[in-house]
Order: sequence, then C-alpha cells, then structure tokens
Amino acid sequence: MASRYACHAALSGNFFLGTALTLGRFFLLGPVQNSLMHSSQMLDGQGFGSTVPGLYSHQIPTKVPVHPSSGQYNFGGSQNVSLLSNQGSGQTLNRPPAGLISMAPLQHTSSVPQMLPPSQNSAAIPSSSSSFVPGAYPPALSNWQYGQTPMSQPTGSQTNHFAHVAGTLPTQPLSSGSTNPATSYQYTVSPGGPPLQNSYMKPGFVPPPVNRPLASAFPPARPPLGPPQAGGPPLVRPSAPPVGPPNSSLPQPLLNSAANQEGKGLINSVYLNLKMGRNVGYSYPTLPPGYQNASSPGAPGMQSSPLQYQAGPQPFPQPALGTNHITGSMSGLSLQPEGLRSINLLQERNILPTTPLQAPVPNLHEEIQKLNCNPELFRCTLTNIPQTQALLNKAKLPLGLLLHPFKDLSQLPVVTSSTIVRCRSCRTYINPFVSFLDQRRWKCNLCYRVNDVPEEFMYNPVTRVYGEPHKRPEVQNATIEFMAPSEYMLRPPQPPVYLFVFDVSHNAIETGYLTTVSKTLLDNLDLLPGNTRTKIGFITFDSTIHFYSLQEGLSQPQMLIVSDIEDVFIPMPENLLVNLNENKELIQDLLRTLPQMFTKSLETQSALGPALQAAFKLMSPTGGRISVFQTQLPSVGVGSLKSREEPNQRASAKDIHLTPSTDFYKKLALDCSGQQVAVDLFLLSGQYSDLASLGCISRYSAGSVYYYQSYHHQHNPVQVEKLQKELKRYLTRKIGFEAVMRIRCTKGLSIHTFHGNFFVRSTDLLSLPNVNPDAGYAVQMSVEESLTDMPVVSFQSALLYTSSKGERRIRVHTMCLPVVTTLNDVYLGADVQAITGLLANMAVDRSVSASLSDARDALVNAVIDSLSAYRSSVLSIQQPGLMAPYSLRLFPLHVLALLKQKAFQTGTNIRLDERIFTMCQVKNQPLIFLMLMTHPNLYRVDNLTDEGALNINDRTIPQPPILQLSVEKLSRDGAYLMDAGSVMFMWVGKNCGQNFVSQVLGVPSYVSIPQNMTHLPELETAESTRTIAFISWLREQRPFFPILHIIRDESPLKSSFLQNMIEDRTESALSYYEFLLHIQQQVNK
Amino acid sequence: NIFKFVQFKFLLCSYLITFDELKTDYKNPIDQCNTLNPTVEKVKKIKRVKIALKLVLPEYLIHAFFCVMFLCAAEWLTLGLNMPLLAYHIWRYMSRPVMSGPGLYDPTTIMNADILAYCQKEGWCKLAFYLLSFFYYLYGMIYVLVSS
Repeated sequence: MASRYACHAALSGNFFLGTALTLGRFFLLGPVQNSLMHSSQMLDGQGFGSTVPGLYSHQIPTKVPVHPSSGQYNFGGSQNVSLLSNQGSGQTLNRPPAGLISMAPLQHTSSVPQMLPPSQNSAAIPSSSSSFVPGAYPPALSNWQYGQTPMSQPTGSQTNHFAHVAGTLPTQPLSSGSTNPATSYQYTVSPGGPPLQNSYMKPGFVPPPVNRPLASAFPPARPPLGPPQAGGPPLVRPSAPPVGPPNSSLPQPLLNSAANQEGKGLINSVYLNLKMGRNVGYSYPTLPPGYQNASSPGAPGMQSSPLQYQAGPQPFPQPALGTNHITGSMSGLSLQPEGLRSINLLQERNILPTTPLQAPVPNLHEEIQKLNCNPELFRCTLTNIPQTQALLNKAKLPLGLLLHPFKDLSQLPVVTSSTIVRCRSCRTYINPFVSFLDQRRWKCNLCYRVNDVPEEFMYNPVTRVYGEPHKRPEVQNATIEFMAPSEYMLRPPQPPVYLFVFDVSHNAIETGYLTTVSKTLLDNLDLLPGNTRTKIGFITFDSTIHFYSLQEGLSQPQMLIVSDIEDVFIPMPENLLVNLNENKELIQDLLRTLPQMFTKSLETQSALGPALQAAFKLMSPTGGRISVFQTQLPSVGVGSLKSREEPNQRASAKDIHLTPSTDFYKKLALDCSGQQVAVDLFLLSGQYSDLASLGCISRYSAGSVYYYQSYHHQHNPVQVEKLQKELKRYLTRKIGFEAVMRIRCTKGLSIHTFHGNFFVRSTDLLSLPNVNPDAGYAVQMSVEESLTDMPVVSFQSALLYTSSKGERRIRVHTMCLPVVTTLNDVYLGADVQAITGLLANMAVDRSVSASLSDARDALVNAVIDSLSAYRSSVLSIQQPGLMAPYSLRLFPLHVLALLKQKAFQTGTNIRLDERIFTMCQVKNQPLIFLMLMTHPNLYRVDNLTDEGALNINDRTIPQPPILQLSVEKLSRDGAYLMDAGSVMFMWVGKNCGQNFVSQVLGVPSYVSIPQNMTHLPELETAESTRTIAFISWLREQRPFFPILHIIRDESPLKSSFLQNMIEDRTESALSYYEFLLHIQQQVNK
Repeated sequence: NIFKFVQFKFLLCSYLITFDELKTDYKNPIDQCNTLNPTVEKVKKIKRVKIALKLVLPEYLIHAFFCVMFLCAAEWLTLGLNMPLLAYHIWRYMSRPVMSGPGLYDPTTIMNADILAYCQKEGWCKLAFYLLSFFYYLYGMIYVLVSS
C-alpha cells in the first residue's frame, strides 16, 4: 500500500505539468498526435510520471513560436455556465495566420513548426490544412471555433476557421498612424467567403518591415505627455526599473518606446484618498498620444474607466502598475496622518469600532486595487510587504496569508477555454497583475518571464472584440474559475461518492443521534451535490462491521456482517456503493429502518479503526467523502485508544495530551489522501474520546471535524437542532473532489508553513481530497531574497478540483500587494485580524509541539516584541504610555482574546476534547469566523431601531453598534446579544424594560424567563420581528448553527457569558487594562 | 592489528557510500530552483526528500555499527570522537514523532520550511563530520600499515 501511495503521489505531483507535457508532446509529435493524446492517454494518468521533466526541459530550450492555441478552443457550447462564454456569437471568428503556424506542421511529420520560415506564413495558407478530418478528432480539434458551431465541420467549411482574414494589413497601420501593428487588423466576418491570403506576420517573431517606420515615428510623439486628468502634482521618478528584458526581438519599436518612456521618468501621480483614509492612488502614466488614437476602444467599460489612456489595446496598462509605485507610496504616506497616528492604548479605551472591522485596503493605485482579490478570500497579514527579511524580522510581525479559497461566491466568472494561459516557466495563471509588454507578449508577475499571448487570447469573448488581450475576463478578475481541459486530469473526473459510517454501539443508540441523522439525510437526499453518477453507501459498526447491500431488485437492504476486525475485508465487490438515483427507494428504506435496527443492541465496544479501514477499502477505487459518526472512544481492533484525560490535572497546562497517542489515524488519513478520500468526523460524545488522535483522520485527509459535546436527543435538545442544521449544510454545500491547491508567490518570497486540514505534498502544493466552502487555510511566508526593484508582489492560489457535476475546474485567486522599505510602512499596512488569525494558527502548532504555556508565552511575546520594535524604531519621541500604531491598536485586545479562548485558556473548566476541537477550528475556520470565536461581538438588542438598517430581500435587518466586551458596558435595564460565532447568548438585565420582555421574549415578566430558554418566540410585534430578523441574519452568514441561549442573572450559563467578556478579569486571566500594563512594563524595559 | 586493517578498509568503503548518499540527498534544492523550470525542480525535490527519508535509518545503523567495532577494537579515542554523534542519533530516534513503523520524519510536517531547513543543515554538518573522520581513519589505517 505504501508504495502505491508513493507512486500515486508522484504521479499527481505532476498534475500541474499537464499542459507543459502536452506542449512537449506537441513539439515532438505535431498536433494530430497531440490531440489523440488528449483524448486517450491523458485520461489514465499513467506513464507521465517520470517522463515529464525530460520532455519538458527538452522542450524549453527550443523556445519556439508555439501557440498553445493549437489546442481546442471551445468557447460556448453546452458546458458553459459562464456569463463570459461566447455563447451565441454565432460567427466564426477569423483567426490570424499565427495559428497557422501550428497548423502547418501537419504536412510535416515532426517538430517542424519552429523551423517554418515566416515567409510561409505570409504565403497562402494552404487549405490543405483541412486535412484535419474533423470528425476523426473529437473535441480536441474543434479549435478555432468561437461559436457554438459543433466541432465536426464538414471539410468544405474548414476554410472558415482561418481563412477569412480580411484587411490586407501592412498599409493600414501606416495610414491610421497607429503604432500597433496588431490592432490595425480588421476582422470582417464573412462566413463562407473565399479564403483570403494573409500577408500579416506575427510581430512576435518577425516584425514586418512595415512596422519599422512606425517605430521611428514614435518617439517624437512622446514629449507632449499630458498631465493626468485627475490632476495632481506630477512626480519625477528618480529611477524606473526597466519594463522588461529587451532580450526578445519582438516588436522592437514598441518595447523601446515603452522603456524610453519609463526612463524619462515622466510619471504623473495622483493622490486619491480612499475610504480607509490611508490609500494613495497613482495614476498610470499617460500614454503618448501616438497610442491614443490607436484603435477604437471597443469595450464599453473603457470609456468609463478613469485610466488616462484612451487607447485601445495598446497601452499595456500593467507595466505601469508597479513602476511608479514606490515613490508614490513614499510621498503619499506623508499625506496620511490618520494611518500614521500612534495611539496610547492606556489612555484611549474606546478603540473598538462599532461596526465590524474591515480589512485594510492595500496601498495600491485605485485601478489596481479595484481588481484586487476580495479580502474575504485572500488576505495578507501585512498589506505592505517588507522588502527584506531583515525588515520583516525587525517589525516582529508574522507575514502570512489567510485564504478561504472555495468560499461560496454569488458572482464568479467562469471561463471555458481550451487554452488556459499560464506562464511557461512558473505556471502562473494569467491574472490582472501581469504586464502586457505589447499585444503579443505578457510578462509574468511572479517570475518575470516574458510569455507569448496565445492566439485565442486575443479575442475577448465578453466584448467580442479582437485584439484586446488585457480586457479578457482572466485579466479583469482576480478571482476566476477555469473549466480545465483534459490535461488537468490524471484520470477521468470521479463521480461524487458519499459513504456514511455510523457508530451503532449501545452508547451511540443511547444518544439517539441516528434518528436525527437518518432523518436529515432522508430529507436532503435529493439535495446532495452530484449528478446522475452520484454514489452512496452505508457502513455501521459496533464491535463488528456491518455493510449494506443495496442491490437493485432486492426488496429491502441486505445487511452483511463482518466480524473479523483483525483483517477487514469487503464482503462483496459491488452493490455496497450504489447509484443514488437508481436505488433511491432502497436507500430511503434503509434510512428509515436504520434507527430502529439496533435499539436492542447491548454491544458497547466500538471498532472504529477497522470500520475506517473497511470504508477506505470501499472508497479507494473512486475516492470521495466518508462521513464518520462516532460517539465514544474506539475500544477494539486497530486504532483503539485509551482514556488519557485526567480531570484533576486539567489545571496544569503541562501534561495535557494534545498530541495523538497513535499514528494509526494519521497513516490511514495519508492513505485516504492518496486515494482522494476525505474523512469528516462527527464526534457526539459525552465522555473523553481522544479527539487529538481521532482528529488526525480528518486533518490529513482534508476533512472537517464536528463536535457535539454530550449529545443526547432528550437531555440536550439544543444539540439536536444544531446537529440537524449543521448536517443539512454539510450535506448540501458545494463540494470539490480530488483537489489540489498550489500557492505561488513572486520570486523572492517563499512559503514557510501551511495551516489547515490537508496533506502538504510539496513545498507549495496541498493535497485536498475534498474541498468544502467552509474551510479556511493559512500560510506563513518568508522573504527569501530581497525584493529590491519590485514595487509590488503577487500571490496566487490555484485550486484544481472536480466539481460534483464531474467537471474539472480551477479556481484562481490572485492578490497584489505593494512592497515597502521602511518599518513605518510595514506597520501602517498591518492587518490586525489577519495577524491574530495567523498567530492563533501558529500558537496551535506551538502548543502541540511544545506546550500550551509555551504557546501562550509566544502570543504575549508577539505583542510585546512588535510594540517594542515600534517604540524603538519608529517613534522618534519617546512618549510615556503604551504606544501602538493605529493599525495595530486592536492587537493587544485580540491577543488577550486568544489567550482567553477555549483553545489556549488555562484553568480547569475546559475539557480536553473541547479544547482540541477549538484548536481544530482555529486551523480550519476562515478568518472571519475565527475572529468571531475569538473576540465575540456584543450588541444591545432591547432598543433595536431601523436606523441604518440593512435591507435584504424586503427584510429590514437592524444594525446595532458593537460594544466592548466588558461588563461595564452592560446595564441592568438592557438586553444584550453576544455573538460568539458558534454560540450566542442573550443576556437580559434585571430591570430590562417590560416592553422587551413581553414583546420579544413573550413572557410576562423577568422572573418568568425560563432557565434554559433557547428560542425566541415569533411574535407579531415590531420589536420581535426586528430581533428575530437580526439574529437569523447573523445565523445565515455562517455555515454552522449558533445556538441562542437566553440567560438571566441566575442562569447556569452566565459564567460562559462572562467568560467571553474579554476585557474583564477572570479568575485565571488578566483584564484588558492589566494586560496592557503588563505589556507596557515589558515594552519599556 | 589485521583486524583493525579490515575494519578501516570497510570503513573506507562505507563512508564513501554514505558520503555519496548524503551529497545527493541533501543537495540544496533551492539553489536549483532558479533554473528554467522550477516546476520540474519541485517534483525532483519531493522525490529527493522521499529518498532521504528512507536513507536515514541505515545511516544511523551503520554509524552505530562502527561505534561497536571501535569498541571491540578498543579504539578509545575514535570511539570518544564518535560518541556525541551516536548520542545525537539516539536522541533523535527517541524523540521522533509518534509512529508505528520505523522512520524519523513525519511526512505531514517535513515540508514545513523550518524542519526542512533543519534537516538540510543537519545533513551538511554530518557530511562534514563524516568527511573529516574519513580522512582521520585513512590516516589511521596507513599509519597502522606502515608501522606494522
């Protein structure tokens, strides 16, 4: 098994080499073989493992005018979910002859394309290229078609694909005065027209002589650079990094002019203040007038854009992106007193904003920032990246990313295109922050390699304009999804497979969870994400393992018992995982009878380990998701555990068992990960169940852990509702199978550590057998080489997954951040929430590897170190008190909140499993929920008004201000709602208005509020509607279901409520003010 | 003395092997990542780490075996020189992550930059130590040959 796993890992390690491989093959074999390989060989994934590097590296040095475009280009068609797909365009787009380069080799047998003399291009395109017999090459050859026109084209119409190139170009550019040879193309759509010869040559390879005169005409046009329209002091840039290595012989004139322009340093900066009050915008340099009449903009968005260049495709906006940035940010900062302000934390007590804290906006040009990734998806702890590791070390702040890559998005552009444009060297996906050197080449923003723009990319399916590669959706959206062609598959996309493993020992039946789960599953069976291929299966276990045969034709499910748990085997090869749609009745039948089947069971043992092995064996051919429901410590078979919790020793933070006691679950999880199986664990246990060991099964297989402490259907009814709601979300949420996520960053930065649930397969590659929209990840970064001359850096995460519909998709997020050189700027851009989130992740690692007290010390030291570094290096005047930069004003508060969080608090009142579960959550929750669990929000709810309320779908949702977490903010006349993420408390004061008690709580008086009230009655009053709308709005935003506890002074839960009052003192922890004093003492030492 | 001679000869071969292994396994992959195609390098790097994982235990065993041989030959000085490394190996093995099988590195954490860097540093240090001791043994062997 081990070797199998290794083999698999090695194979899938090449996942991203897919395209490279095809290219390599392409050179060697020519398009026909290429397409064949697409259709057949690619699928089995075998045999690429070792050959890839050789092929690829062999291919690189040849450096050929290859157009990956030779692949299929299938815009439109039935698959398209996208808004962007070119459905219905109907027209067959004319392809410039560049594509023909790759067509031509058909006549030759091997890697000729490189050697084709350009003259051949300008020669008549032989319609002999229609020697493609279209029918013979399925989708792979449907290249060239932009419309829905089906792939199988009669040979006669083949000409359509490439031959209608209207304009005879050479003269046009001259007459129009345009500097861009390519834009001068005019594409007339004349289907059925006679094939025209095309004398145009790709500028990328051999600049036609016609262009040269233009080049010389260019420079004179430059001097009259106009001031930016937005106004602002023109800045003279002291130095400008060259736009690109002028090594390539491409359109010389263009490149030169661009470089010259930069060299002259005529850059205009515009300062704009954005909402955070600390953003500085910079305009792009205006473009030489020569550009401005290059061609018609075409895209409607163009006119509205405040960019200074009105030119069409020519302006190459991105080179400007960074060039003027450093100077801009330097001078811009001086205009921003707010961001630079330092705060004496000891004096200013009310620093908590009353609205949810927003992520800081990176200090980038407004236009770039507009394109930047949503901070909810991709966030960096330092929005100003320090230039060197030394600077980062000096700042004493962690550098890292927080990701929520698979978040449910309401608007996600999906691109269906056979050629996914990526950097040839580092495989970065094309993104809004690349720079277009000219129309035919783009420079990767991660490795700075210059790449060719493939032919398809010249056409913009959104605006239906040719020749504007920088207007393509890929270059306009930082978050985008690609439909991946077959190169991205190691095997055919797997069907969605769901396996449920239920604990049915006596203890489990006692809790009554099976009824709830079966019922929820029954209700949501049709909502399981999937298609006609969806498979489902069930296993139950106590001290034996029970399989259920759901064979078609059976009148009722057949139970097969395997009692040999030492050497688990699958009793029958088929019918244990069955098609959901074809066998729905049998499955429903099973789910109905399941809860009653074991009611008389007296078996108390639990053979979880063997059951998981069986589940793994069942799933390994396909991959999929295993959902395990466990209610006690596994006691027999492999993976059995012993109780390690000693309640008396909870206090001593030293001896608690945070590390797994066996590596069985971890090894099994790694095997699962290798077979694309993820295990989700639902732990519904009253006693200690050693989550530290059990949790490994989910942690390394990219699953998730759910923990319902002391679940019981009668004694703990709120948990039942919670389980029901969360299970519903779990069953119906989106899911991605056989996923891998790679995080790339600009050369010079490197990834240090990953946090989350996955297996790290390489230094930048995460293996995620399943990916779900509720999982967050964190990445620690380090600055390996100094980022000199880089005004900005970019990060890109690419998640390749199989959707439940069986499509292979890639979701790409790209974020761009400025680089700064001074400590002050680093502090200015600190994102306190992201820092806290990353520190929490690091602290979990630390408490596992060292000890809890170590982790706590490290957290406190993080605050002390950063604040004392700020004090000593940034503040020129030593003031008394505890000074903190404005951006970090909440840092001590958040760290104190972390120290008081269940994962890191000391004291006896927390169970080991609960602590470990919280740690799992720290690792796996997206940042917003992690912050909510760490630092709850407190609202006053007895006087909700519609003032400033949100209106969503005709519902009015009041937005009360957030209060500080201190009892001093509570008043006896009020009612307060504390939203702590997974739980909510509504505290009702003794003298709370009668109005609230009766109108919202529906009870006559304060005294009659029940002890354990967990629901608000729906009353016909405005107050009740408002409160309920507010609470349900809060609940809707998150994937889990927070229980609402309504408490009053005598309630037993009051202590939990007060626990969350972070600014107050508790028996074992400091109050906020004391904490600040402690820090001040250390800082001033 | 002939016993010593055989032993040194054996040592010579073994250390050559170990040296070679270490050189290939712990070659700094980051240096190579600046070449044309980092993707391929990364794949190579993973493979290298995997091979390295398999070779660590044999290395420990060989070293322990030599120490025993030195003990038999009553080479107290050599033994003393090797003791720290032996102790380090034992400590390393004792404090390995929880594992049911043999092996020292946890596949789930090896890609962590800190651990990877530590392992690389460890590899280089050991390589230096082995090289030095190799020459010392060579010297010892020749000395014995000449003097006998």
